[in-house]
Amino acid sequence: MNLIFDIAWTHVTARLRQTLVGIFGVATGIGFSVMMAGLLEGSQKDFIRQLVDSMPHVAVTDEQRQAPVQPASVHFDTVEFRSLSTETERRGIKNPLALIEALESWIPGAVAPSVTTKALIHSGGRDLAVTVIGIDPKREARVSKLASQMIQGELASLFKASNAIILGDGLAQKLGVTVGATLSLATTTGVPVLARVVGLSHAGNRMTDDNQAVVLLKTAQILDGRTALINEIRIRVDDVMAAEIIANRVERQIGYKSTSWQESHQDILSAFQIRNAIMVMVVGAILLVASFGTYNIISTITHEKTRDIAIMKSVGLRAATVRSIFVLEAALIGIAGTLIGWMLGYILCVFVGMIEFRSGFTDMTHLPILYAPKHYAIAGAVGMLSSLIAGYFPARKAARVQPVDIIRGAS
Amino acid sequence: MTTPLIEARKAGRILHGEVTTTLVTDISLRVMPGEFVAITGPSGSGKSSLLYLMGLLDIPTEGEVLVGGEATRSLDENHRADLRLSMLGFVFQFHFLLPEFSALENVLLPMRALSRLKETPMRNRARDLLATLGLADHLWKRPDQLSGGQRQRVAIARALANEPSVILADEPTGNLDTVASAQVVSILRHIVDEEKKAVVIVTHDPGLAAKADRQIQIVDGRIASDGFTNSHRATVAS
Repeated sequence: MNLIFDIAWTHVTARLRQTLVGIFGVATGIGFSVMMAGLLEGSQKDFIRQLVDSMPHVAVTDEQRQAPVQPASVHFDTVEFRSLSTETERRGIKNPLALIEALESWIPGAVAPSVTTKALIHSGGRDLAVTVIGIDPKREARVSKLASQMIQGELASLFKASNAIILGDGLAQKLGVTVGATLSLATTTGVPVLARVVGLSHAGNRMTDDNQAVVLLKTAQILDGRTALINEIRIRVDDVMAAEIIANRVERQIGYKSTSWQESHQDILSAFQIRNAIMVMVVGAILLVASFGTYNIISTITHEKTRDIAIMKSVGLRAATVRSIFVLEAALIGIAGTLIGWMLGYILCVFVGMIEFRSGFTDMTHLPILYAPKHYAIAGAVGMLSSLIAGYFPARKAARVQPVDIIRGAS
Repeated sequence: MTTPLIEARKAGRILHGEVTTTLVTDISLRVMPGEFVAITGPSGSGKSSLLYLMGLLDIPTEGEVLVGGEATRSLDENHRADLRLSMLGFVFQFHFLLPEFSALENVLLPMRALSRLKETPMRNRARDLLATLGLADHLWKRPDQLSGGQRQRVAIARALANEPSVILADEPTGNLDTVASAQVVSILRHIVDEEKKAVVIVTHDPGLAAKADRQIQIVDGRIASDGFTNSHRATVAS
């Protein structure tokens, strides 16, 4: 009703300073909630993205989850094996090329083989234990970010020398070598190899940059002494979230253990759930505090306006009408606060997004912010709701005023 | 016989507290159309309490109050509010206008709450009412920009806004100088004589009471006397 709005509007505009304080309270609450939500979800998304980027979405390793079924237990029901130790065999995924082709035929994404081994690099009197990864440069480019992380040379440079090697930049620095140097690599099982440095990579993660060297698949196989075997098939899928389903299907198809990124990071994903719960509580607390401001203002107005309430009720306005006047006042403060809060939230997000962030283990980055309409909608809804609740209680009290009590007191 | 506009049947109001106080008790009276009634009595006698009971601002603890023939004691709050809005108009000792609203908007308040008229006729009526009461130049002034007499006239205009059958006034001249008082009294007289409404005023001023047609004296919460004062006796049916 028009009358209700007029009275409510007059009340809130007549005490502009109080109203502005109330609006600012709600706005701050909503602004910071939006920023917190954007920051928390942004960092979470960023973390997952880094996690997903830095490792294959699905990794097929040369292990099996169960011991192979023995022919005896297939043929005889009463046979049961306990702690079966199979004959020592050369570990590895057999017939990798055929497997990869079979997988490539249906997986939406890319597949690449690799051989990972530990080796000792010997250069200039220093020995360093490193992880050596043998790759197929053409396929690797589609599976990992390695190609884009090259700071000197490129992946294809691996073909330039008979035994070429790409070092992480931190590792090269530790060894004191540059592109063109020759290193000696050795493992416990295979043949020592002399390799030439043809490139440097920089992943931005010290663990990787200080410990990783990349060679051709063939070189790694020789080094590890397992010709024609690989120990990992890495799969990058187009839809990251489908990794788990694809991993299961791969495992059923080829029998080797295949692990999706979700499976290998279950702990982190469940930590995120806890983080989300904390976020909801913090954001809720901020908005709750803001609603106390609204409560205060509406309750002050109803106190100051007891006489007006008595007038309105004696004239014949219903209690519900009086109540809706003050609830509407709270709503007006809520609406204005929400609109300003959204703007404030956006500005805060932009500012926080500009903050540069350094740590010893990663490159300098900006704080990751996620801009999601959902955050604005939720913060706005909670802000409005708490304003209305904060307004309702003083309004209800105001509507209960008996005009005769006030009039009797005044005359 | 016409229905009384307001009728009290053995009505009383007793405050139950640590000390039980009887405001008014055993009140029986009828207010007919075209009557100008003055309720008089010493201060604390309960005359204002009686007015609040008649105006449905308070609920009797005993007896019954009828407005337009309708028993009101068991009505809920909304019903009583609606009756106040459409049947009754109040004028208090203090003007009791909404301070942030102009004279015109104050007069519009009960009309908008009732919303019997459309926006334009509503405004016209409010303007006319204020003009009749000599406030044509003060439509847009807020109460604090008006004199005491002007405020009281705005309050009367507001009381008349919804064309109520009864105007109830509590010490309407209590805060006014002689000139303003005389003006208010003549306006009330006019309402009775020309518009055939009933006016009930509470006053302790014998001069003002003498202007009414009928005087009801309250002493210690009871009617001590109830009688007609002048020639109007003949015109009023009882």
